Parts: sequence; C-alpha cells; structure tokens
Amino acid sequence: MTAPKIRLKDVKKSFGEKKVLDGVTLDIAKGESVVVIGGSGTGKSVLLKCILGILLADSGVIEVDGQDVTHRRPADREAVNRKFGMLFQGGALFDSLPVWENVAFGLIQAEHMPRKVAKEKAIETLAKVGLSADVAELLPVELSGGMQKRVGLARAIASSPEIVFFDEPTTGLDPIMGDVINDLIVSTVRKQGITALSITHDMHSAKKIGDRITMLHQGKLIWVGDAKIVDASGNEYVDQFVHGRADGPIKMQVRR
Amino acid sequence: MNFLATIGAVVLAFFGHLGRLTIFTATAVSHCVRPPFYPRLIGKQMVDIGYYSLPVVGLTAIFSGMVLALQSYTGFARFSAESAIANVVVISLTRELGPVLAGLMVAGRIGASMAAEIGTMRVTEQIDALTTLSTNPFKYLVAPRLIAGLLTLPALVLVADIIGVFGGYMVAVYKLDFNAGIYLSNTVEFLEPLDVISGLVKAAAFGFIIALMGCYSGYHSKGGAQGVGTATTNAVVSSSILILTFNYVITELFFGT
Ligand SMILES: Nc1ncnc2c1ncn2[C@@H]1O[C@H](COP(=O)(O)OP(=O)(O)OP(=O)(O)O)[C@@H](O)[C@H]1O
Ligand SMILES: [Mg+2]
Repeated sequence: MTAPKIRLKDVKKSFGEKKVLDGVTLDIAKGESVVVIGGSGTGKSVLLKCILGILLADSGVIEVDGQDVTHRRPADREAVNRKFGMLFQGGALFDSLPVWENVAFGLIQAEHMPRKVAKEKAIETLAKVGLSADVAELLPVELSGGMQKRVGLARAIASSPEIVFFDEPTTGLDPIMGDVINDLIVSTVRKQGITALSITHDMHSAKKIGDRITMLHQGKLIWVGDAKIVDASGNEYVDQFVHGRADGPIKMQVRR
Repeated sequence: MNFLATIGAVVLAFFGHLGRLTIFTATAVSHCVRPPFYPRLIGKQMVDIGYYSLPVVGLTAIFSGMVLALQSYTGFARFSAESAIANVVVISLTRELGPVLAGLMVAGRIGASMAAEIGTMRVTEQIDALTTLSTNPFKYLVAPRLIAGLLTLPALVLVADIIGVFGGYMVAVYKLDFNAGIYLSNTVEFLEPLDVISGLVKAAAFGFIIALMGCYSGYHSKGGAQGVGTATTNAVVSSSILILTFNYVITELFFGT
C-alpha cells in the first residue's frame, strides 16, 4: 500500500492551559477530499495550520507523502509547502498588491514565471472563481468580502498544488455563488487529482465537496465516515451538528 | 519579596527580547547575503526611505545649519573669530547633526511605517500566507528593507550635509554679512575626508538599525490593532535609543583616543 498523502498520528496542540487538539489521528489518501466539521472554536483552523507548519504541534506525528514534517519550521519547509495551496479563513490577501499579483504570487515568487505570463494565468484562474479581468487591477480593499474570499480561493489553486486546504470556502457567499464554488472545488479535486482538506459549517457544501466527513469535538475527531451517510451517522454529536439543534450532547458555552 | 520578583521578571523579559532580537538579526543578515534577491522590492524601499524622506530631512538640515551659524556667531564673536563659524557649521553637520537628525527623522517616518505594515501583515495572517506560498518572509519582507536602509541613509545624509552647509552659508552671508567667497573657502579648507566618511558610516548603521527595529517589532507583533500600535511605538523608541547609543560608539571608534 502506498503511503497516504497526509497522515496525522495523535497530534496534540495546546495554547497555555487550553488543549485545542488532543490527539488527532487521520489518514488522507491521494486524490481524496475530506471535510472537517465542528463547532466554532474547536480547533479546525489550528489543525490546518499545524499541518502547514504555521503552528508547531506539541506532540504526535504529521507526515506528508510519507515524510515527517512535524517539527520543521516553515522556513525550512519551502519544498514541502510547494505542494500546498491554502485558502485562509480571513482571506489573508496581500493588501499592498493588486488582485492579479495576489493570485500570481506563487507563480512569480516560487516558480519564477515571467510576470506577464503569470498575469495571464492569474486572470484565467480569476475567471474560474467568477471574477472578471477588470477586478484584476483592483486592490484587495476595493473588493467585497465575498470577492476577497474568491480571490483567496484563486490564489490557493493558481499554482496547481498537489494538496489544497480550504478554510470555510463558501462562508460569506450568496447561495448561488456558494454552489459555483462547491462545483469548482469538486472539479479541481476530481479532474486534477488534487487532495483536499476543507473546513465548513455548511452541511450542503460539506456533502457536496467531501468524499469523507469527519467531526472535530473537544480536540478529537469523534466521527469519520463517508459523506453520503453523514445524515445517518448514528452518532448523536454529529446528528446534533448536522441538524443544527441547540439541544443535544454538545453544550454551547452561553449563559441564558 | 514581591519587589524582587518584579525586578526578576523585568530582567528576564529584557534578556528574552535580546535573545530574540539577536536571532532575528542573524537570520535577517544571512538572508541579506544569500540569493535570491528582490531588486524590485529593494528599489521600492529605497524610494520610500530616500526620496520621500528628502523634504523632511532637508528642512531639518537647513534649519540646523542656519541655527548653527547663528549660535556659533554669538559665541565666537566675543573672541572675534568669525572665520571659525564655517568650520563649526560644516564639522558639526557632517560628523554629528546630519546623520543623527536624519536618523531620528527617518526612524519616526520609516521605522514606524515598516512596523505598522509588517505588524498588520502578521496579525492578518499575511505572513503565514507568504510561507504557504513558499516565500520566506525574511527574504521577501525583511532583507529588502535592511539592504535599502543600509544603502539609502548615507545618500540621504550626504544630501542633508550639503543642504545644512547651504543653510549656514545663507545666514553667514545674508544676515551676518560675511564674504561669501571666504566663507566657502573656509568651509572646504577645514573639512577633512574623515569628517564626512565617519558621518556616512554612522548613517549606514542608523539605516540598518531603523529597518531592523521596524521589521523586528512588526514581525513579533500580536493581537490586532492594539498590538500593531504597540509595535509601531516600540520600533520608533527602540531605534531612536539605539541610534543615539551607536552614535556614541561609532564616534568613539573614529575619534576616541
Ligand atoms: N495563536 C493562538 N494563540 C492562542 N490561542 C489560539 C491561537 N489560535 C487559536 N487559538 C485558540 O484555539 C481555539 C481553536 O481555534 P480555531 O481558530 O482553530 O477555531 P475554529 O475551529 O477554526 O473555529 P471557527 O469555526 O470559528 O473558525 C480557539 O479557542 C482559539 O482561542
Ligand atoms: Mg476557523
């Protein structure tokens, strides 16, 4: 059997006293699309950042293509990072660069593509996320929130990475554009054989883009299963989340 | 007991900062000397640091030169040694006031904006985004600023020196009625190459310090808008103090006996 694209073994991460990840174990096969669901603040974004090396895991093993990357600082892992594309939850667009340079950034800096060629490629990628060429010259602050999200998405996939992480790709988009993005993610993953790990709160989107769905709760992945059976998971935590009920085993930390 | 604990905490925090700054400096310098370089970014920084600081530094220099001429006239007139004024003006400017005043002005202008820019990039995850795009933030953000600071400030100070001398000349000739030709020839005659060179060495050091502290404060800022504000203040205060400290150290190296 070939090594999985990404392997997580008992990954732990705390901030001070607060345990955010408390033993996360998951294998993601090449070309597979996995969706992580879970309540707000459970550590989904932290999980992605640990795999990318932006945050260092306290313990456990993280392997990419069979290579242990757990304790390598971002600075020494440029070669590994070249395999990744990431859509940040907050966009994280470079606000001093025009939209097209944001999208073409990886092509110009890491792949040393000439600026002119990279710009054409960027405009092509922008078209895929439903943005026209005249947006390319604007600065990120001149865009709406949803447009920024789509630029972030374009930047994540522009340099055709082997693995893409989407942190809430459809949040803040209207339902129609949300579905366009879902289709885009599905087609990128299927057609180009890309491995994807996405985070979403939107169950419609989760079922559409995921081959498998897993739920993060109190630092552990409490359920992993085929996306088709998530509605009948038999797990009361997952059930509560999928149906969005306030009553159930998951207690929100709010005072009534 | 509590009092000792407070002192201990302050001392520990100081050494913590010193350690982090040392590592940051070493990493940054190692990236300055290894390719790839980013000439486009270095050029942009040089324009920011040099060209856009010209008005502010020029004004500082011209008034400093003027006031030097006026003050030394009131002082030296008692000894009827007016010819020394040209000498005092040009030596104080090239050795001390040019680099120090330009350094402090640029620290306020550029150090603050570097800290704010990099700090904002830190808190909005843009620096994380850089690394996921296989671009080293030291190479892309820090090194171009350090190189630009190091190269640009000497040029800026050279211009400031000339403007300052011109300010002194104006006061001497038009207000104090000195002979223009004699004033200029005094200026040139007393000036030694070392006066200018030591000033330019200082300028290079100050440029490096300003960019370093701006980048360091921004890079390690955390916690939203307030964190960026703190980083900005820290950058200006720490680079100003370091400029005055290194001004003494470099003076001692050049002229101390
Ligand atoms: N850099 C950090 N320093 C300290 N605590 C952090 C840091 N990053 C995240 N946390 C904490 O870790 C927890 C998980 O954060 P994370 O951003 O992963 O949540 P999330 O699951 O992505 O939530 P959401 O769905 O709202 O985006 C939060 O309680 C947060 O306070
Ligand atoms: Mg999140």
